[in-house]
Amino acid sequence: MFTYTLRRLFFAIPTLLVISFVIFALLDLAPSDPTGDLPLTIPPEVREQIRASLGLDQPFLIRYLKWLQQFFINEPLNILESLTGWQFGDGERMRILSWATRSPVVDLIVQRMPQTLWVVGLAYLFGILLAVPIGVISAYKQYSIFDQIGTFVSMVGYSVPTFFTGVLLIVIFSSYLQWFPSVYDTNLVVNDFSSLMAQIRQMAMPVAVLALYNASQITRFVRASMLDNLHQDYVRTARAKGVKEKAVLLVHVLRNSLIPVVTVIALGVPTIFSGAIITEQIFRVNGLGQLLIVAVQGADIPLVQTLTFIFAVLIVLFNLIADVLYGILDPRIRYD
Amino acid sequence: MKKFKILLAGTVACMALSSSMAYAERGTDGDLKILFWQAVSTMNPYLSGGTKEVFASSMVIEPLARYDETGELVPWLVTELPTLENGGFSEDMLSLTWKLKPDLKWSDGTDFTAEDVVFTWKYCTDPNGGCAQAAQYEGITNVEAVDPLTVKITFSEAKPYPYSAFVGAQSPVIQAAQFKDCLGAAAPGCTSANFGPIGTGPFVVKDFKPNDVITFEANPNYRDPAKPAFASATLKGGGDAASAARAVLETGEYDYAWNAQVEPEVLAAMMAAGKGRLEISFGTQVERINLNHFNADPALGDKRSTAEAGPHPSLSDPAVRRALSLAIDRDIIVEAGYGQSGRPTCNIVPAPETVASTKNDSWCLTQDIEAANKLLDEAGWERGSDGIREKDGVRLSYLYATSTNSVRQATQELVKAMWAEIGVDAELRNASASVFFGGDPASPDTFQKFYADVEMYTNNFDGTDPEKYLAEWLCDKMPSPANGWQGQNIPRYCNPEYDALVGELSRTADLEKRAELSKQLNDMLTEEGAHIALVHRGDQSSFANSLQGVRMNSWDSQVWNIADWYRAK
Repeated sequence: MFTYTLRRLFFAIPTLLVISFVIFALLDLAPSDPTGDLPLTIPPEVREQIRASLGLDQPFLIRYLKWLQQFFINEPLNILESLTGWQFGDGERMRILSWATRSPVVDLIVQRMPQTLWVVGLAYLFGILLAVPIGVISAYKQYSIFDQIGTFVSMVGYSVPTFFTGVLLIVIFSSYLQWFPSVYDTNLVVNDFSSLMAQIRQMAMPVAVLALYNASQITRFVRASMLDNLHQDYVRTARAKGVKEKAVLLVHVLRNSLIPVVTVIALGVPTIFSGAIITEQIFRVNGLGQLLIVAVQGADIPLVQTLTFIFAVLIVLFNLIADVLYGILDPRIRYD
Repeated sequence: MKKFKILLAGTVACMALSSSMAYAERGTDGDLKILFWQAVSTMNPYLSGGTKEVFASSMVIEPLARYDETGELVPWLVTELPTLENGGFSEDMLSLTWKLKPDLKWSDGTDFTAEDVVFTWKYCTDPNGGCAQAAQYEGITNVEAVDPLTVKITFSEAKPYPYSAFVGAQSPVIQAAQFKDCLGAAAPGCTSANFGPIGTGPFVVKDFKPNDVITFEANPNYRDPAKPAFASATLKGGGDAASAARAVLETGEYDYAWNAQVEPEVLAAMMAAGKGRLEISFGTQVERINLNHFNADPALGDKRSTAEAGPHPSLSDPAVRRALSLAIDRDIIVEAGYGQSGRPTCNIVPAPETVASTKNDSWCLTQDIEAANKLLDEAGWERGSDGIREKDGVRLSYLYATSTNSVRQATQELVKAMWAEIGVDAELRNASASVFFGGDPASPDTFQKFYADVEMYTNNFDGTDPEKYLAEWLCDKMPSPANGWQGQNIPRYCNPEYDALVGELSRTADLEKRAELSKQLNDMLTEEGAHIALVHRGDQSSFANSLQGVRMNSWDSQVWNIADWYRAK
């Protein structure tokens, strides 16, 4: 298992390098321009100067190698410096600068992380907590009213886009009932009961929208997996031995059913970090998803490049984790 | 009795004064909540020319003079406007002398001096800095501090209209002490200065989260001790125009939402909640359809839309150009897409009033299908079996390009239907705004390349003087492969008479004469069909009913007088 993990990690390096090159090339080929959003009153000569000051006048390969150096050497050294207080060299390293804000990309990402993890991460957690019991009951009482309603709700949650449910919730709870704010305040500091309540109120709607979406997806997996296992021979054997129905369901069936579900959940974790682009935009949560979409629209290539690459790393990493987890949960599976 | 009346009037005046004094105290009106649906990336307008950055930074840093809501220049950090009459503007039109207000302080308490103004010029004109507002400093050879309160600007050649540098929200003065190590290539590295410039304005930046939210506090050293009325301001960014308008008009969570670019009927529904109002002002933005004067046939490949391709087979016919304009009902376009924030226009220079021509309004502003048909009939364009006109194998069928935007696509549909009535076909196409306006020479979809027969977008000019803008239609400003598709004469219009008249405008100092020439130039473009001007677009923002003192301005930043804003009690 250990050598397998090491081998996988080793193979991840060329994969990631190829990914970073493909992302960079794609962004370079895309016909968007960092000065494209500027007012037309800014004349072409000035735009040319702006592009030159961003380093866009350099050849593609040089820009790519510079980015590699900044991402793999300069930024890790900077993080190490700020964590340990040690000084490497003179500390004057070229960092990856966003073109729109002209500030270090890593600082932007660090600034956006809390709200994304709070909102999207919490929604993912709630989604799982809701999905597992609903999926189990739905499968155990297949075609019951509970199952029918559960199936209906999850189909609705899965097929109705978040930009619809989000705006619907705003119209009902912000405009009409005025219970929750429609704009997320990223400056809110939770330090007493009332600010905690404010935080809960402003998180309620985005978390609800995303939790519904996540729960719908995972419920279907849990239900299908449970149904697969409920009709297995070992379940009949357990019942024939006189094992209590609760133990049959929760110990024998659920445990076996969760193996594929855990994989699905693990593979879904990177999507937490990539944020929920649409939902963040609707509620102005301004997390990583919003950062990415604004960067894409503004052709802020260093920011898009860095963000998408970090997502790629997370996806590769969680794929590995899912595979390893699979092996741990199901002893029949051996990689070596 | 008369005495009593005077007494009464005096009392009323006193009461009015005292009640205005009641709220005229700094920081008594709490927090001002502002929503920009495009988030602000930096507070340094010299590093980002975007409107959102210019507006947000104008709460903190200020120019020497600025435009009020009528387009009049008002002295801001100076005692008076330098003119030929008061001698501030030299007779040879080669130098301009600004006299700074005495005792002005930066928000950190240090003195605001002429050295800061000189530094600002150096900062923006550094060749390695990539300053987005460099055009404001064009033609300036030197800026010097004659004494701590006097700044002298020297121009390379006579400049009949000298108010560009340090005028308007685009070229504010930054503090030399703060930015001294940020010249040229070092500019982007000064993150803390770029995010929190020290200014002379009513607010100072307390916290800046790029592309998210800015927290401001009242400037303790602001020159008017009674202002601003708000103790702090929060500027949140992100989302979309409709939900931003909703947060002010319907839920009342915010006081001011910039740029309510939303369909009129959607806004009307939000207004029904009675919490806010819309303020509209008109600047110089005109939505126009450019008519390609060169052949844009795809068969020509890379020669498309260049002089090599030759004149356009049908659009080079003046009758066709005029008929296309006559067929359009501008009122319907305004009503469907712009509501109160648009007015039908036939001018490319629609404002200020002194330079706005009315000469062509009589024939151009009203739709006349009959006259358009007659023109085309006379010119020999005959309807084919499918109802589309043609002559010598050339069909009046056009590729109609624009940027992706719901109002633009609706306008495209309307224009297509109107043109169908005169036997003209249009194939509609749209490209993402970042591509269309992106100017990437490798992309075939940019508005500069103009690989289409007609294309639609909005443009405007800074300030109130149209000289530089009208010079965009000069023959040598055509984009072409030779100049890397740089050049602002997008329709490829070329008329030596026009060029000569622009030359005359650049030598004329008399304001009335300048206005007259500007009108003539504008009329020439309309009459010869360089383009079809459609809509004079206004700026529209939503404000909470309780927010007072707003003077909506299209000539400068919308928050230009934010120091005077207050909350009605």
